[in-house]
Amino acid sequence: MEKTINITLKVWRQRGPKENGAFETFQLKNISTDSSFLEMLDVLNEQLVSEQKEPIVFDHDCREGICGMCSLYINGHAHGPDEDVTTCQLHMRKFKDGETITVEPWRSASFPVIRDLMVDRNAFDKIIQAGGYTSVNTGGVPDANSIPISKIDADEAMDAASCIGCGACVAACKNGSAMLFVSAKVSQLALLPQGRVEAAARVKKMVAKMDELGFGNCTNTRACEAECPKNVSIANIARMNREFICAKLKD
Amino acid sequence: MTTINSKIPQGALAEKWSDYKSHQKLVNPANKRRLDIIVVGTGLAGASAAASLGELGFNVLNFCIQDSPRRAHSIAAQGGINAAKNYQNDGDSVYRLFYDTIKGGDYRAREANVYRLAEVSNNIIDQCVAQGVPFAREYGGLLDNRSFGGAQVSRTFYAKGQTGQQLLLGAYSALSRQVNKGSVKLYTRYEMQDIVVIDGRARGIIARNLVTGKIERFFAHAVVVGTGGYGRTFFLSTNAMGSNGSAAVQAYKKGAYFANPCFAQIHPTCIPVHGEFQSKLTLMSESLRNDGRIWVPKKKEDAEAIRAGKLKPTDIKEEDRDYYLERRYPAFGNLVPRDVASRAAKERCDAGYGVGSTGLAVYLDFSDAINRLGENVVRARYGNLFQMYEKIVDDNPYVTPMMIYPAIHYTMGGIWVDYELQTSVQGLFFIGEANFSDHGANRLGASALMQGLADGYFVLPYTIQNYLADQIQVPRMSTDLPEFSEAEKDVENKIKKLMNIKGKRSVDSIHKELGLVMWDFVGMSRSKESLEEAKKRIKEIKKEFWSNVRIPGEIDSLNTELEKAIRLADFIEIGYLMAIDALNRNESCGGHFREEYQTPDGEALRNDKDYSYVSCWKYKGEDHEPELLKEPLDYEFIVRQQRNYKA
Repeated sequence: MEKTINITLKVWRQRGPKENGAFETFQLKNISTDSSFLEMLDVLNEQLVSEQKEPIVFDHDCREGICGMCSLYINGHAHGPDEDVTTCQLHMRKFKDGETITVEPWRSASFPVIRDLMVDRNAFDKIIQAGGYTSVNTGGVPDANSIPISKIDADEAMDAASCIGCGACVAACKNGSAMLFVSAKVSQLALLPQGRVEAAARVKKMVAKMDELGFGNCTNTRACEAECPKNVSIANIARMNREFICAKLKD
Repeated sequence: MTTINSKIPQGALAEKWSDYKSHQKLVNPANKRRLDIIVVGTGLAGASAAASLGELGFNVLNFCIQDSPRRAHSIAAQGGINAAKNYQNDGDSVYRLFYDTIKGGDYRAREANVYRLAEVSNNIIDQCVAQGVPFAREYGGLLDNRSFGGAQVSRTFYAKGQTGQQLLLGAYSALSRQVNKGSVKLYTRYEMQDIVVIDGRARGIIARNLVTGKIERFFAHAVVVGTGGYGRTFFLSTNAMGSNGSAAVQAYKKGAYFANPCFAQIHPTCIPVHGEFQSKLTLMSESLRNDGRIWVPKKKEDAEAIRAGKLKPTDIKEEDRDYYLERRYPAFGNLVPRDVASRAAKERCDAGYGVGSTGLAVYLDFSDAINRLGENVVRARYGNLFQMYEKIVDDNPYVTPMMIYPAIHYTMGGIWVDYELQTSVQGLFFIGEANFSDHGANRLGASALMQGLADGYFVLPYTIQNYLADQIQVPRMSTDLPEFSEAEKDVENKIKKLMNIKGKRSVDSIHKELGLVMWDFVGMSRSKESLEEAKKRIKEIKKEFWSNVRIPGEIDSLNTELEKAIRLADFIEIGYLMAIDALNRNESCGGHFREEYQTPDGEALRNDKDYSYVSCWKYKGEDHEPELLKEPLDYEFIVRQQRNYKA
């Protein structure tokens, strides 16, 4: 049965990347515990619009946990207190009546704030552009069943490939490291024969780009893995390090 | 009278596409570099087209509204992608995939297009595997398949419940490779506002930079649009919050025909509506119908007790359950096509057998599958879907059956294109869900991914060259030309007008009102009366919107309310088109069900004599009703029948 709660919301507001930001506090009454976190923000925005104020800007799109667009840091956790979900799948039933909820954008030098809770994650695209692919053109490829792939490898590649590129790993990491994101793509392709061909060149290019863009290094705190909404494992980071060292040794 | 030329090649069905490719005009490599192509959208169709065109050597400009191409809504497709590989040795073939798709679409698609789609389906799987898409595999290392609605073979390839994600990431990778090479330039967080037409040909676009609010001009020798469907006309749908139909409306107002707007797909298995604050509906993949059984109580008093919270579904004995799909359609059972399954659910709920607190839900039950296969197997197959359900509904589907209800999911209608995927405006191409082409009046499960990638990888990169071959002498044009200035001015004026209304209502409140009208009067079943009512109400909503909407913020800055308002203005136009198209089509077919036209046992009653055509709506100006043009659908190769999933 539907229940409602009253909450206090502290939201980060920031006009632009170079401007100073601050928390703004809002009181919200009768929020249905069946509503999602973003639907709660919709209710708040609707209220702001009716008061002639500008709504809070936040990224969101599919609202079913797969596009990777939503990116809120809630009460000190990337995507909030629930496990294995993105912000859009977080529901208000995870909060208590009377609770104060703090909402911030991803905080990382590599993800500058665009406005309020919206950040620029273009750096992730640049890392993929540096080498996160197999170099095949459309057409002229062999039959899909011509190379058998062990189910274990295929499943492991799939687990790595389930990364949604949301950036929670970077936001959660004290070093602002993108290693979980990069290693997920490196692993997926290194595990499959189709990606194996370029594995050495790929890992070098992607790591170089990651460093160039100012992401930090990994110190094995495992915060990224804990906060990843898709449960991408840090075993991928170990695999990437192995791939990287082997590639460098052959240079 | 304008005549419609679909440019379908002559000859035998199975040879049309290879004949076309053998004789079409091509552009040589040196000339490709001198030609610019704009691709709007980075979903399966847009990203695969932009990547493939870049590989060929064209100079591509690729736009998307999200912060990254990888976020396009194709990412959310769950279940799978069809292909006629016949890896399962169960009797599949290109012809059978073609036939199932035509029949599934209730004989309202072109034979030649659908055959081509079935033909290239196999290339898509090969391509994706080469890109490193981790499709599900058997222990022997070969690809696994499952079944989807409307087919008696297992031809659906899948990657857990995230097939759309994996295919899109494959296309995104290919696209990223071209961006790195410099053949594709990406414009993220940009939204097209208009298409620029010069001397009857599409020559560029006007786009709004969503971060700065700046209106910018872009030239190209041809414009390709792959921006998806217009399901969010209904406000609540399975589409993403940003999905919109504005590109289609812009094209329509520039002379492209809007085809079959009333053909919208209502997906039978979505999490039911539960509150006013709700922003979207979540799909539960059709693949669940492989193992889940759909039922409602046989006795009305049981249904009433469940609605009142006095009984639980697990309290209902086996003999008191009505597995209505298995009862009505023994041959296909729970795997009937979506339109059939949706209507059957509505029929039971309308008759008073619905469950859930609202009575607008039916059960999707896995207890048989769990008993037969074990919970682990079910978890391996559908684990992520079960988890998603549990997070939203707060109920464990391994123990209690899921509750589901139909919701708007996909639009078969869209901008009319010929065999070359070109609209009635020269140089303007529409691909993927944005066009109307291949699914007729109802799309089969796992066919959207197939069509999006077929268009982008294997059809458009050929057919666009037949157009561009004549354009190699055309130099790059200046965006200072009067056509660009005028288009830009029109966009600016429209935005100013919207901002200056300064009314009382938020964009979302008007959108929700439109959505309810669409669902109640242009939804799962329609009648002359309901559609007349819809026309009247949509006109009122349009008036209300243009006189009473309130958009805070600034014009020349990031403004999410303004973005929504611009899209809603177009959804209102589309809603109206859907209503008049549904009113015109005095028959029931596929997803279009007119209450007046049904068989004695409640099935859709098609009228091939009078309505075997594509309805193409031509824009005639702001204050005029659009003109209806008809592209006849001549079936040369197969005999149309009453669709039958019973035996």
